[in-house]
Amino acid sequence: MNSLINNIKGIGTSPGIAIGKAMLFKKVQHFKTGISLISTEEVKNELQKFEKAVKYSVEEVEALKKSLLVNSISIDILEVQTELLQDEQITADVIEKITSQYKNANDAVIEVIDASVELLKNLNEGYLSARSADLQDVGDRLLKHLNDAVLFDKQIPEENTIIIADDIAPSDTITMDVNKIIGFATKMGGKTSHTAIVAKSKGIPAVVGCGFELDSIKKNDIIIIDGAEGEVIVNPTADVLTKYTRKKNDFLQQTALLNDLKDVKAITTDGVEITLLANISNAADMEASFAFGSEGCGLLRTELLFMNRISFPDEEEQFEFYKEIALKAKGTSVIVRTLDIGGDKQLPYFNFPVEQNPFLGYRAIRICLDRKDIFKTQLAAILRASVFGDLKIMLPMISNILEVRKAKAILREVKDRLAAEQIKFNADIELGIMIEIPSAAVTADLLAKEVNFFSIGTNDLCQYTLAVDRLNEQVKHLYEPFNPGVLRLIQNVMEQGSKYNIHTGMCGELAGDVSATLLLLGMGLREFLMSASSIPRVKALITKTSITKAKEISQHAMTLDNTEAIIHYLQECNKQ
Amino acid sequence: MITKEYTITAADGLHARPATKLIRLAKTFKSVTSLKKGDKVIKLNSMLNILSLGLKGGDTITINIEGDDELDAGEAINKFFDKELKHL
Repeated sequence: MNSLINNIKGIGTSPGIAIGKAMLFKKVQHFKTGISLISTEEVKNELQKFEKAVKYSVEEVEALKKSLLVNSISIDILEVQTELLQDEQITADVIEKITSQYKNANDAVIEVIDASVELLKNLNEGYLSARSADLQDVGDRLLKHLNDAVLFDKQIPEENTIIIADDIAPSDTITMDVNKIIGFATKMGGKTSHTAIVAKSKGIPAVVGCGFELDSIKKNDIIIIDGAEGEVIVNPTADVLTKYTRKKNDFLQQTALLNDLKDVKAITTDGVEITLLANISNAADMEASFAFGSEGCGLLRTELLFMNRISFPDEEEQFEFYKEIALKAKGTSVIVRTLDIGGDKQLPYFNFPVEQNPFLGYRAIRICLDRKDIFKTQLAAILRASVFGDLKIMLPMISNILEVRKAKAILREVKDRLAAEQIKFNADIELGIMIEIPSAAVTADLLAKEVNFFSIGTNDLCQYTLAVDRLNEQVKHLYEPFNPGVLRLIQNVMEQGSKYNIHTGMCGELAGDVSATLLLLGMGLREFLMSASSIPRVKALITKTSITKAKEISQHAMTLDNTEAIIHYLQECNKQ
Repeated sequence: MITKEYTITAADGLHARPATKLIRLAKTFKSVTSLKKGDKVIKLNSMLNILSLGLKGGDTITINIEGDDELDAGEAINKFFDKELKHL
């Protein structure tokens, strides 16, 4: 009897079809053997085994480090690993257990690491609890070498691999050879999880949040990932395989076609030029975005520079990071969003208060205005980098005008400091704000007088307007960017922006959603920010429509009274 | 023997990165260096030991250096705590 579940539903986060073999990405569990050594010969053997495991582990980490020369974020993590692997206390404790308690190397390592992990955890310091994870990593690496366990990195060389995992942590992607991986399916995660972001930026189909059904998949099972529909198909029948092979080819053809558009300008049939910009997280994204026809960076999320590391990056490191991106932008503009942490984005080395409602709590600009040291360091680094390209500064989570004024005062202070130190920077650097809190959308007329540009962040705007936590499974269905209330707020921002003659762009999912393109064009949006891979689709649509038509569409859509009707209407429009 | 008191000037305390630097620095000298916090004393040769003290920004510690090159070691460690640490 075959009781396999063949069809697993998840959340599609990166479109495309992948057909390949499953590779299970699991943290290997190691267990104690309980073996007691009986001869000095055995003791000697176990000591040698341990010594070798340390040596191989250090070599492995060093090799990893070399492969990452430029990526200092990951190197910090690896430096700590090297140090812990050779830690004299740990080494002495393990040797002690082997020589006087007659444990084998495996058991000795497990006991020492477990005890140390426990020790750090019990210190009850947020930061040190995170270090205990590093220690666990070190233990796992040693055990892997002690037991000649099958390594994840050694499984990799096969082509057409589809990764099946619980979730993929930022540090895992350091070791993954992403070039051989053609698809991802994970048990956990949502549209904004790390897996989703990595997959989308590389154009790899991915389905996340599949749940425990994913456990039924075995190594080398044939897997189909439908990244648009959010489907994972296990060991498909010949018919299904044929169907999806066709679907995959169609998709590839379409993508190729759209890629051809990358050098075509996004101009409507009545001659209005639209700007399409990419959302990026680092310099590599910046380079990659041009391949999709991006005309610059509309949103540089600086969080990734702060995440996946063990302490705040200093001004110098941040400066190098922004400088590299400014240079890679080749003269196009780069909008740098200042630190947007808190909410669902935590930092292991920064103590966030425990909050009832993190999304309504201590996050983004609120942290920056409170911890001016962090904010000033970032502003100084951005300003210094501004001589290497067209950088602009954007503040997230603005809820009132005083926050803008406070931020501007701090910016002025930083500028004065740099000027006093005779450091060059662009004194006229543009400053803009994210419109993602309803109060900001409603008071766009007031805010317009303080800033150079707006960027409407639809993800948070939608969540705050509808009072829906977009990560909460039970209310997720109420998260509707096409809700008439959300659309009215967007329309107001656009109108006020044009009235006060300030530039308005849009980032967030809606800007890259082709169902929304005509509606937004009609409302007056001329600058769309999205994942680089979404640009060709949006562009194709823009080149086939006129502003006159788009205006008709948006005017009609705004008369409809519910989300469902609006989406239905817009989809019908796209079919024509 | 050199004994000197220091304050941890890094806002986030003596976390992994500065701890790594400090251990590597201490290891370049022959002298034996130890760190005292309250009634706990650890040798400056183990990251785990440093981390287990949970040193926070603003904490006061005592460093003890003993050996042939203790003067050089003392100078280097002085520089680490007074100048470098706050940038780590």
